[in-house]
Amino acid sequence: MNNLEDLVSTAIKLFDQAESVVDLEQIKARYLGKAGEVTLLLKKLRELTPEERPVMGERINQAKKLLEDALTERRNVIHEKNMSARLAEESLDVSLPGRGFGLGGEHPVTLTLTRIESLFHSIGFDIATGPEIETDFYNFTALNIAENHPARAMHDTFYIEGGKLLRTHTSPVQIHYMQNHQPPIKIIAPGRVYRCDSDVTHTPMFHQVEGLWIDENVSFSALKGVLVEFMRNFFEKDNLSVRFRPSFFPFTEPSAEMDIACVMCNGKGCRVCGETGWLEVLGCGMVHPNVMNHVGLNSEENIGFAFGLGVERLTMLRYGVNDLRLFFENDLRFLKQFN
Amino acid sequence: MKFPGNWLRKLVDYQCSDEELAHKLTMAGLEVESVVPVAPFFDKVVIAEVMSVQKHANADRLRVCKVDVGNYSDEPLQIVCGAQNVTEGMKTVCALIGARLPELNIRQGKIRGVESFGMLCSARELGLVSEADGLIELPDDAPAGISFREYDGLDDSIFTLKLTPNRADCLGMFGIAREVAAITAGKLNLPEIKPVNPEIADVLRIRVEEPQSCPLYCGRIVKGIITSTQTPLWMNQYLVRAGLRLINPVVDIINYVMLETGQPMHAFDLAKIEKGAEQEIRVRYAVANERLRLLNGECLDLQEDLLVIADSSKPLALAGIMGGSESEVEGGTTDIFIESAFFSPAAISGKSFKLGFSSDSSHRFERGVDFSMTRNALERATALVLDICGGKIGPVVEVSNDLPRRDAVEVRQKRIAKILGVDFGIELISEYFRRLQFGHSVSGDTFYVVPPASRFDLVIEEDFIEELARMHGYDLIPAQLPKASAHMLTEPEIGIAPVKRLRQILVARDYQEVINYTFVDTQWEADLCGNNLPVKLKNPIASHMDVMRSSLFGGLINNLQFNLNRKQSRVRIFEIGSCFSKDNDEEKEVENLAVLCSGNVHPEQWGVTDRDVDFYDVKMDVESLFWPRNIDFESAVHPALHPGKSARILIDKSPIGWIGELHPRWQRKYHLSQSAILFELQIEALASDLLPMMQVLSKFPPVRRDIAVVVENEVSMAKLLEAMNSEKDKSVSEISLFDLYSGENLEQGKKSLAFRILLQGTEKNLTDQEIDQAVNGLINVLGRKFGATLRG
Repeated sequence: MNNLEDLVSTAIKLFDQAESVVDLEQIKARYLGKAGEVTLLLKKLRELTPEERPVMGERINQAKKLLEDALTERRNVIHEKNMSARLAEESLDVSLPGRGFGLGGEHPVTLTLTRIESLFHSIGFDIATGPEIETDFYNFTALNIAENHPARAMHDTFYIEGGKLLRTHTSPVQIHYMQNHQPPIKIIAPGRVYRCDSDVTHTPMFHQVEGLWIDENVSFSALKGVLVEFMRNFFEKDNLSVRFRPSFFPFTEPSAEMDIACVMCNGKGCRVCGETGWLEVLGCGMVHPNVMNHVGLNSEENIGFAFGLGVERLTMLRYGVNDLRLFFENDLRFLKQFN
Repeated sequence: MKFPGNWLRKLVDYQCSDEELAHKLTMAGLEVESVVPVAPFFDKVVIAEVMSVQKHANADRLRVCKVDVGNYSDEPLQIVCGAQNVTEGMKTVCALIGARLPELNIRQGKIRGVESFGMLCSARELGLVSEADGLIELPDDAPAGISFREYDGLDDSIFTLKLTPNRADCLGMFGIAREVAAITAGKLNLPEIKPVNPEIADVLRIRVEEPQSCPLYCGRIVKGIITSTQTPLWMNQYLVRAGLRLINPVVDIINYVMLETGQPMHAFDLAKIEKGAEQEIRVRYAVANERLRLLNGECLDLQEDLLVIADSSKPLALAGIMGGSESEVEGGTTDIFIESAFFSPAAISGKSFKLGFSSDSSHRFERGVDFSMTRNALERATALVLDICGGKIGPVVEVSNDLPRRDAVEVRQKRIAKILGVDFGIELISEYFRRLQFGHSVSGDTFYVVPPASRFDLVIEEDFIEELARMHGYDLIPAQLPKASAHMLTEPEIGIAPVKRLRQILVARDYQEVINYTFVDTQWEADLCGNNLPVKLKNPIASHMDVMRSSLFGGLINNLQFNLNRKQSRVRIFEIGSCFSKDNDEEKEVENLAVLCSGNVHPEQWGVTDRDVDFYDVKMDVESLFWPRNIDFESAVHPALHPGKSARILIDKSPIGWIGELHPRWQRKYHLSQSAILFELQIEALASDLLPMMQVLSKFPPVRRDIAVVVENEVSMAKLLEAMNSEKDKSVSEISLFDLYSGENLEQGKKSLAFRILLQGTEKNLTDQEIDQAVNGLINVLGRKFGATLRG
């Protein structure tokens, strides 16, 4: 039965000579096809004696397996070769730009509003909103700004035909909220506000965030703690210098103005801070008892603090914007810088 | 409030530099806006007398002068001078050899061959002004040889305070001095004010008809004054450096005393007062048809809410605001009546705002004037008038009624600690009140504090707590984060519009956010919204921003124009903001979201054939905002949009917005080189109350069948889909359009729509028969309702 061994070695040699899958399949058919040599040998087993049959059968099956393995191996080699040839031909200029849509972006004022909201949210401040068209009561009277108070002249108010006005600050949201909620109250109120003023450093519409916290253990010291923490996190400067100095707002007492060391020059003095090294960034104070009384809260039992900050100002400082008016021109070349 | 630092140093002895003082004032709540030196550095500049002036032999425009510089030289100095105003005998200023001036140093030298031993100076050469013509001319009594810096008080700085409206007490030097003494612990040296004894008996009676508005009125007559005299140099310097104009000696003195005490006063020319039989001055409200010409030249028809000082027949002055020009003190005035009164803030507040002008007087009265100084200020002013203008003084007539109360206020140590978060202790609190010169007594841990007459801002306990905090220094109060409860904030997943997510979706779809003013042009509202009754501003900042927007379209179209003009041709922008409308005279405010899309679909790039965006591109953006909810679009006409390419957007049959192409009319009117697709939605509509609920996935593979039907052009796709969905077999899980065709091989006026139908059994695989039955069912519905035929 040397024939069988010859057959196997001849077949394997032929397999290895095959250069394509098609050639290989033809050679395969010659041995393992319906009329292939190995198939015929298996068919001839019937002619053998019952004693010889299993021995021979075993040998032929072994040979068949050898062929099949050789076939698989060769097939893989041919595939590998074909793929290498194809890969050698296929290659991209990977430096060409990607295709399709671009990506838009949020307005820089929105970016700042979102940052402010999430920083305060992280220490438990809820977000409240209120109308932009307000009554005199909410914008002034309830905030302890009397009819002829000089502070009213400081607010250049836009009036609506019919007697209402465009809110000059986000503080009226405090009043709405206090009317509808019982202490503890811990909110910020972001929104648009309006003043009848337009020049290099003023736009008639701008954004503020008002903050209010009324609770048992709130104090001026806590006010300082929260606002220092906020400024340091907002500017991502752990050692940002801040200072608080007395000021005047009818709706807070004591009142304070908060300055931070100029983030442009690190407090050395530059054009942005008017060579003082300090930037005025927000007004704040302890809620005036008259404000509490206006909304029916007992001012002896309830203590709170409030603050109001200018969003455009923080945006300008954060991103180095040098002209307030750019925010409302909506020049795409400007806006896309913040994407 | 502006003042020279040297004046303050006379009134209070504080041991720190101008810069340190400025810092302390700022940190105590009196913000110092600026401290500016009166003059730049220069030295060896003295007063000189020009003894002789001769022509220069070699130059027409130059003179050779002999100049007396006092002790600096035994002989007069020879100085060559080019100034045209140099004259023999004049007093001027000389920079000696070795002098350092802002722009040059003086050396001995020859000018056109003649030795010169110094330089006669103009104000410009000393850096006092930016332009000057000729030498400084000094009064004849200026002593030669004295340092000019010393003579003119040039080693001085001008402080500018930015006072908050509550600190009217610092609108006078005495008040500022008291504050400085409190914060620096320096010693006060306020001048003692003594009453001046009357020499004549002349008086005007004073009839105060409005005691509430004028609780205190003092007046006196001075006769025989000389107004041609000069006010002394030191007073002129103070006035000019405090920013006041010099007028005449009487007015200057009155202004000076106002700067000192904070008490505004007024002098009338006695001869111009019609005294009538009663010989009196009246304090009353104006009556109808009265007019008054004011010192600022304005002629006013007086309203009846204006308090006036009147004689027997007419108003003379607007009380506490401004005098009248008719009774003004002038060059020829010899007899005057000086008024020093306390007008209550309520009577003056808001008046100058309404009148459209303010004065030093109204500024002080509306904030509150120290009524304990009212009579003293009059004594001080009359003493100065006597000194400077001469004359004889009559007795003071004073009419006094109920002055503002200054009751003791209870200030509790515990409350201070509670509000500030830090306990100062009894001793420190007493110390601060003492430094502030607040009268007070203590009982246990409670203080009873009396506010001074000069302070109108100390009414309640908290006002005093602020004073204590100021004295302590805000910066020394520790910053401490309070312990807060672990109360968790709700984060609703449904029921509110997810504005942040909507922004992210639009950003991801290549849109840039913009923020526009909410006030717009009336014309935009009419053109783009058909809104002829917009919410109107009474006092717009500009005529093209006079109404509140009811839609975001106007702003976006304006942004398109702005950017197209700057060669940005692919404009994809969105805005989220309030819109305003009127509903039965009641203003309504809603939050809208709008998008404008114009130009190429893609940014210009390789490998993409581009086209302009169209309705359907942007429709997908609308749908993506609502995903996976179904919204409907129905053809409808909107004033801003192309009538054939616009739709109302509906959710559950209720309208929530608009989408469409900009009407070509507005494209032309607003000079837009290309059109745009816009949509606008009410943010509220974007809130979904659907919480996702998982559906069990079918184990059986879906089967797909495609059908193409031909219908009339007018039949909308949505109608076909709606019909199929309403009558479909339960095995049909999804029907969607995948092709639209019209043109060749189709009858005119018809279109072919190809739908993909997905079918799925829920409990077993579907048989061919079941599938055919379901699909045929759909075809039959379309045939029956729309005459649709299968495309062959």
